[in-house]
Amino acid sequence: MSTTTTRDATRPAPAKVSKARPRRGLRGSTFNFWLFTGPFLLGLVIFVYIPIGWSAWLSFFEARYTVTPDKFVGFDNYKLMLTNGDFTGSLVTFTVFAAIIVPVTWALSLGLALMVHRLRFMKAFFRSVFFLPTACSFVAASLIWKMSIFSGVRFGMMNTVLSWFGVENIAWLANPNPPWYWLVIVTVRLWLQAGFYMILFLAALQNIPPELYEAAAIDGAKPGWQTFRYITLPQLRATSTAVILLLLVAAYQAFDEFFNLLAKSTWGRPPLVELYYTALGDDQDYGAGSAGAVILTLLICTVTLLQGRFMGFGRGEETK
Amino acid sequence: MSALSNSNWDRRSVLRAAAGLAALGPLAACGGNTGREGGGSSGKGLVQYFHAYGEAGTQEAIKRYAKAYDEARVTTQWITGTNFESKLFSSLLTDNAPDVFEFHPQLQLIKSGQVAPLDDIIAPVKDDFNPADIKSHTVDGKVYGVRMIDDPQFFFYRKSMLEKAGVDVPQTLDELAEAAAKLTTDKVKGLFIGNSMVSTNYALVWAAGADQLNDKNEIAYHTDEVVEALKVYRKMFTSGHLLLDAPADYWDPSALVQGLTAIQWCGMWAMPVMQKALGDDLGIFPFPSAASGAKPAVYNGGWSMFVNAKGKNVDLAKEYVKWLWIDEKKYQEDWALSYGFHIPPRTSIAESATKLKSGLPAEGVKLFTDYGRFDNISWTQAMITAFEEVIANSVRKGTNPEKALDAADTKVNRELKKLFG
Repeated sequence: MSTTTTRDATRPAPAKVSKARPRRGLRGSTFNFWLFTGPFLLGLVIFVYIPIGWSAWLSFFEARYTVTPDKFVGFDNYKLMLTNGDFTGSLVTFTVFAAIIVPVTWALSLGLALMVHRLRFMKAFFRSVFFLPTACSFVAASLIWKMSIFSGVRFGMMNTVLSWFGVENIAWLANPNPPWYWLVIVTVRLWLQAGFYMILFLAALQNIPPELYEAAAIDGAKPGWQTFRYITLPQLRATSTAVILLLLVAAYQAFDEFFNLLAKSTWGRPPLVELYYTALGDDQDYGAGSAGAVILTLLICTVTLLQGRFMGFGRGEETK
Repeated sequence: MSALSNSNWDRRSVLRAAAGLAALGPLAACGGNTGREGGGSSGKGLVQYFHAYGEAGTQEAIKRYAKAYDEARVTTQWITGTNFESKLFSSLLTDNAPDVFEFHPQLQLIKSGQVAPLDDIIAPVKDDFNPADIKSHTVDGKVYGVRMIDDPQFFFYRKSMLEKAGVDVPQTLDELAEAAAKLTTDKVKGLFIGNSMVSTNYALVWAAGADQLNDKNEIAYHTDEVVEALKVYRKMFTSGHLLLDAPADYWDPSALVQGLTAIQWCGMWAMPVMQKALGDDLGIFPFPSAASGAKPAVYNGGWSMFVNAKGKNVDLAKEYVKWLWIDEKKYQEDWALSYGFHIPPRTSIAESATKLKSGLPAEGVKLFTDYGRFDNISWTQAMITAFEEVIANSVRKGTNPEKALDAADTKVNRELKKLFG
């Protein structure tokens, strides 16, 4: 709008224009509003709100091999999802996964950022090298992990390395006891996403004023752990919080690596994978799948609200 | 309104509208790409779904047959990946559903009105089909689906490796476990029954003298013999004699050909590749008996063509299936014998199949006729999944087989109740 204003200001007859402007401005801005938001609002309604509503509706019907069912079953689907153990088990799987991946990625990406930050030469090179895996797809990486690095045969990379030390071949994915599959799943995600969060930390590190370190040095703080603990870490608090939140969201959305790495298993299925198998997989039970989705949505809402209450997210800075 | 401001408004609005349209573009494109390429000379189009066959030349062959059909333009979707079922099932609910697709006979597709009965096109040649193939596709007197190929699955083994280890061809499941132990060295594993070990599910149950369902469509797999067989599987799994997490799964001949295993469960389709790579160093045997008095077992899998009853061109789709899988015998023969080995379900083609008349292929055909058992149409995908979970839990995870079977019973019974009331 600023261009319009400057242009109008140069006009010779401002009185005339100002008469016409309010009407045009009002109509124009409403029109612009709908023009810009309309397509996305339409997309949102078609691809998000209608499916959510439809899903809620489906959850009360016996919807097998159809998304236009006619047999109302009340809360049967909910009862099934909550009692058969697979769905509730998937929530445990997610919790375990998040409990491992979130702190590990946080620590690794912070570590990488600290190291890259201190580099005196080839900084851009290392920054790019660590960031590069972010561009790789989860599916492609999963296949590499599954078929070459963690392949169960003797020439799989990990098994080759272990055989130098006389360790027997390990079936990394087939055998859930001990649960080596977590190592495969966690490392692939770590490799893919650590670089991205490293960039976030790096940006935050560069924003810490050097005066703080100078002042600390004058006050007698030893470089190394003491400085890191009392200056760097507190200064990174905002970024850390954001990173942890993003990591949690990403962990919750995890699907590809579980789906591609673990075939025909009954373990290692986070909620989205479980619901995929229920609704879209072999079962094609859209009713039960939708019920699971609704339960999951309610759960997420509850957690978010509680989190807001206890941790103060969304509250203004002054109330903290 | 001044002329200036008017033209100003126009020019801007045009730009904005253009931007808005550009933003809408992808949405419009979403609706337009239906995967259907209507048109062609006759103006009608059909879509067919195939899972990705592993043998070289198969995709080209299917497309070549389709191209030779004059009445419609047939588009082939070659579905790669391991979850053909999921992709097929979910696409069947949409407007992009295929008009014809290959699958196995499963009752839920018929109960939900998804596949069309094909009696009128099959009737003239019904006697030419293997009766078992007709039976496995029949519900209440109507035949659904035209069998294209029969694929017996059994064990393939390296004769030289068994000889060297002094192992005879196993006659019982216990002997198979012993053989696997003796054949395992630091380079080679004794046995490969697939990475997820579910491909032997049918044979395991049959060889234990049980069945998936009985004649009254009740659970028949939950027997003591099956429990014992599962325990043998568990023992083999934990003892490290099985090849696990191999780069290629059971349906691919790589594990045997590359010398990763001495014995591998696979299908007759892989026989040409194995013979080419291993020559005479190759033998076959059925899934050995797993209970006293029980016969060895061979799973006669295979693929059939189905017509989507909810498609837009059901009649045309039926015509196409009739043309390709009933009339055009040269294509049917080519499909069954030129790439992998499959047993033609049509007696007239099977009789003239010289490639299957001698040597190892003939032995395969003998296993097919002597021990082979076919799909039970009432054993549907959800039940298949439930039994696959039995393998995952009782063999890989170590749950008590009895408990794992109980869990499957719940799921299978829920399924049976929905299908038969």
